[in-house]
Formats: sequence, structure tokens, C-alpha cells
Amino acid sequence: MAKKTFYDRVRDIDRRLIFLFIALSVAIPLIFHLYFPETPTPMTQAVFDKIEHLPAGSRILMDFSYDPASMPEIEPMATAWVRHCLLKKHKIYAIALWPVGPQLASDTFNAAVNFLRNLDPERRIVYGEDYVNLGFKSGAQGVINVLLTNLGTLYSTDINGANIADIPMMNGVVNLKSFDLIASISAGTPGTKELIQFGSVPAGVPLVAGTTSVFAPLLYPYYPAQMLGILGGLKSAAEYDALLFRKIKPQLQARLRLAPKLLQDEIAQLTGDRSLDPAAKRKLVAEKTAALRAVEKADPATLGDRRLMDLAGPVLGYTQKGISRMGPQAVAHLVIVLFIIIGNITYFIDKRRGRR
Amino acid sequence: MLTRSVPILITFVVGVVLVVSFFIPHQPFGKLGEDFSVFFDIIASFAFFLGGGNLVRIHLETVGKRKPGWGYSGITLVSFFVTLFIGFSKIGNPWGIQGDLSEYGSPFYVIYESIFTPASATMYALLAFYVASASYRAFRAKNLEATVLLIAAFVILLGRTFVGAVLTAWLPDSLAFLRIPNLANWILVTPNLSGQRAIMIGISLGIISTSLKLILGIERSYLGGDGE
Repeated sequence: MAKKTFYDRVRDIDRRLIFLFIALSVAIPLIFHLYFPETPTPMTQAVFDKIEHLPAGSRILMDFSYDPASMPEIEPMATAWVRHCLLKKHKIYAIALWPVGPQLASDTFNAAVNFLRNLDPERRIVYGEDYVNLGFKSGAQGVINVLLTNLGTLYSTDINGANIADIPMMNGVVNLKSFDLIASISAGTPGTKELIQFGSVPAGVPLVAGTTSVFAPLLYPYYPAQMLGILGGLKSAAEYDALLFRKIKPQLQARLRLAPKLLQDEIAQLTGDRSLDPAAKRKLVAEKTAALRAVEKADPATLGDRRLMDLAGPVLGYTQKGISRMGPQAVAHLVIVLFIIIGNITYFIDKRRGRR
Repeated sequence: MLTRSVPILITFVVGVVLVVSFFIPHQPFGKLGEDFSVFFDIIASFAFFLGGGNLVRIHLETVGKRKPGWGYSGITLVSFFVTLFIGFSKIGNPWGIQGDLSEYGSPFYVIYESIFTPASATMYALLAFYVASASYRAFRAKNLEATVLLIAAFVILLGRTFVGAVLTAWLPDSLAFLRIPNLANWILVTPNLSGQRAIMIGISLGIISTSLKLILGIERSYLGGDGE
């Protein structure tokens, strides 16, 4: 048997080696916090502008129709939207056409509210007044059909079983026409397509969408007439993150200037708290102490965007999941492109040699 | 006789009313349309029972007959019943089991956050490995069609990274349309859009045709049997 040349080895590359390259291309950027600059596309900008220019107090129906499988790609855009809407003092009404959607909505609300309270402690964000989770209903198009005429027929309680008549922000909400915007975050069917066909178009309410990069091309036919804009995949989520970061950067800097004092108070409070599990307490104190050291060394006014984001994470709970996850995706894309090039070079060499 | 004519009659009445209520949303069609949608949502809830029953039946049979992969069926059944038990424990909270999903640290919460979520995400993430391997072996410029597909995929992949922007940033503004992110966007909103619209229109026409056949009782295969 003839000894394999380097060329033969490259041509017949073991797929486990490809797997290894992909694993490294994802792991390394995650470990080293690789961020890349993002320039918003017109579609992302259109979504941002719509939410930005709605008057405060606008009602936004947000559909959380995705699951944990698509969560890594979709969650960043859900988080960014909830943050943006609450920052602008819009009211968010969460529904879900997928059974696991309500839990994902709750997680997103909790994270966003936690960050916004850290950013502006004087801001009062209350469940039932600023946001509500109406939960999941089965029936897909049927649910949307009913929402179009009478929301109360299907949604008599929220996710916690509270009567919607007792929820202040439900006052005056009759059907889809009561909303100023529909924001659909979906990973497939039922989701954005059904909301456009059975909901936003008949009701005459504008709609923006966020979906996976695989599903986005199927929704482009609705842009821009029936859908004002779309966030397609992690790239768009990162672009939205970047837009939102630009908007809140002065607030982040101002808040981080006060951070040393706040962190010292938090550490003192944690240390004195006897109700906490000792191991969990040690971990929390160590995290806060590390954050304190980092904040003490830095001046938020002169920090670059990347350092500012890194610092705002542990101090204010400001996660930039779109931007931070885009690093691994970008590098993995490049590795795949590289393998496609190698595959084609070997193909043409073989073809010239008459092997194939 | 009744087992066929009654469902056909129901389909006809509901189908006609829903079509009419879309174009004439006034009473009585508006209210009837809304009511039928609510009936549909209630019936759709029963699909969960049907799905659960079917899952148990199929996997019990696989385990009982020791068919290939019966161990996985066993795991499915155990997971199903444990989750179901904990879920139902929400009612009355027996033995101190808190089955409420929204309750931090409850058994249901742990199942969801610590098993279901990571397992689902892992399954989806595995795609990245297979996509990379398949791209290397299958994306070859073997003929004209494959070459067009390859170029489109190449531009989209690069256009979704910072490298796409960096590689063509030197192009003057008059040639901005040749910058890779713009090319990627053009592929998505022009050729892709045209193709998608054509497919959608075709599918819609097919749905209208099938729906009419169902409403008029011409298509009866949904009733089971040979439709006779």
C-alpha cells in the first residue's frame, strides 16, 4: 500500500478532524470574548426605529414562539427587544404559540428587568403594569383568529392564574387592534407567518419579526409591506445589540462610575446574609469582588466599547448575548468557508488528474 | 353512513362560514367565525392527549416486543411519566412536590432548566458539526447549478461575518453594491425573494384547491379508509 501524501490526507480528511476544528472555532472565541464590529442592515435598523419612535406607553404584543433548541439564536433578540421596549416605557403583552414559550418569556423578562433596575434604580418596572405574560394557547391559527376579534375569550388569566380583569395593563385591551405593534419572535410554525396572515394584516397593525437565520429567507416575501423589518439570526441580533448599546452607552458609563460604592455595599450585604448557602455565598462574593477590582481600575468615560460591555456584564447584569455569540459563529463560518475552498481545490486537482 | 356524512356536513358548514366571515365580518358571520375558531382551539387542546397516548402506545409496543432501539423507548417512557407525574403534582401539591414550572428550584423547573433546555440546545448545536462536514464533501462546483449554489452560499456565509465587510471595504462608494455584505443582502432580497414568492403563490393555490375539495366533500381521505 502506497504511503499517503499530504495532499491525500487533506483530500480524505477525517471528519472527526473537521469536528475538532469546528469545536475549536466555537470554543476559542467564547473563552477569549472575541467581539466583532457590527453594522446594522436596513432591516434591523427598520425594526429598531419602529420601536424607538413609538410613543411611550404604546402597547406591544410580543409572541414568544420558540423553544430551547432555537434559544441560543433567538434569545438575544428577545432580550434586546424586551430591554428596548421597557426602556422606552412601552407595555409588553407576551403570548406564546409554542408550549415552552411562556417560560422563555419569563426568563427574558426577569433578566431584562434585573438589568434595567440596575441601570436606573429609580425606575419602577412592575409586572401587570409594564409587562404581562399571558401564556400558551394551543390552536395556532385558531388562536390568532380569536385574538383578532376578542382576546378575552381565550385569555381569561395570565400565566400565574391571575384574572386578566385584575391586571391593570389589560384595561382597554379588546383584540389585536388594541395594539400598536406586534413583535413576533418565532423559530418556525406556528409563528410569524401565521401572525401576518391571520393577525397583523387583517387587524391593520404593523408587525416586526425575529427568527432563526434558517427560517428568515421564508419570511422575506412579507418585507416591507406586511412586515416592517426582520431580525434574521444571530447576526441581526448582534446588530440590534450594537444599536441598543449606542443608545444606552452614556447611561452605562454614568452608572458604572457609581459602581464601586454599589458593589462594596452589595458585598457587605452578602457577607452578612446568613440565609444564603455558604458555597453560593462565597461564589457570589468572589464574583462581586472581582467586578469591584475591575471597576476600580477603570474609568468608564475612557473605556472602549468592548471593555465597557465586559465590565457592565458582572456589575449591572448587562449581557450582550447577540454580540458575544456572534464571535463564535463568525469564526465557525470562516472555518466552513475554508473547508469548502479546500474541498473544491482537491476536487479540481483530482479532476485534472482524471481520478473522478 | 352517518360516520361519513356528518363530518362532511360539519366541514362544509364550518368551511363556508369561515370563508364568508373573512369577507363579511358582520353578524351573524363574524360571531360564528369567532365561535368556530374557539371550538378549533378547544379541539386542538385534545391533540395533546392524543399525542401523549400515541407516544405511550408506540413506545410500549417497542419495549414489549424488544424491537431494535427499545432501550431508547424505555428512556422516553420513563421521562414521559416522571415529567407527567411531577407536572400533575401541581394540583394539590402532594408529598411536597412542587410541580409549578415558574417556581424556582421546583422539580419541574429543574427538569426544564437542567435537562430539557440543555439537551434540546445540544441536539440543535450538533448541526454545526454535520453542516461543516457536509459542506466540505458536498459543496463542489461539479456543474453550473452546483456552481451557482456554491457561489451564493459562499457570499452569504462571508456576508454574515466581519470578514466579508473587511475584504471589500476598499471598494469605492460607486461600487458599494459589490461589497460582500451588500451582495449577501441582494441575494436574500432579490433572487431568494422571487423564488420564495413563486413557491408561496404555488403553495397558496394548492391550499385553496385542496380546501375547496375538502369543503365540497370531494376530498375525503381525511376521514380514513379509501374515501369511498
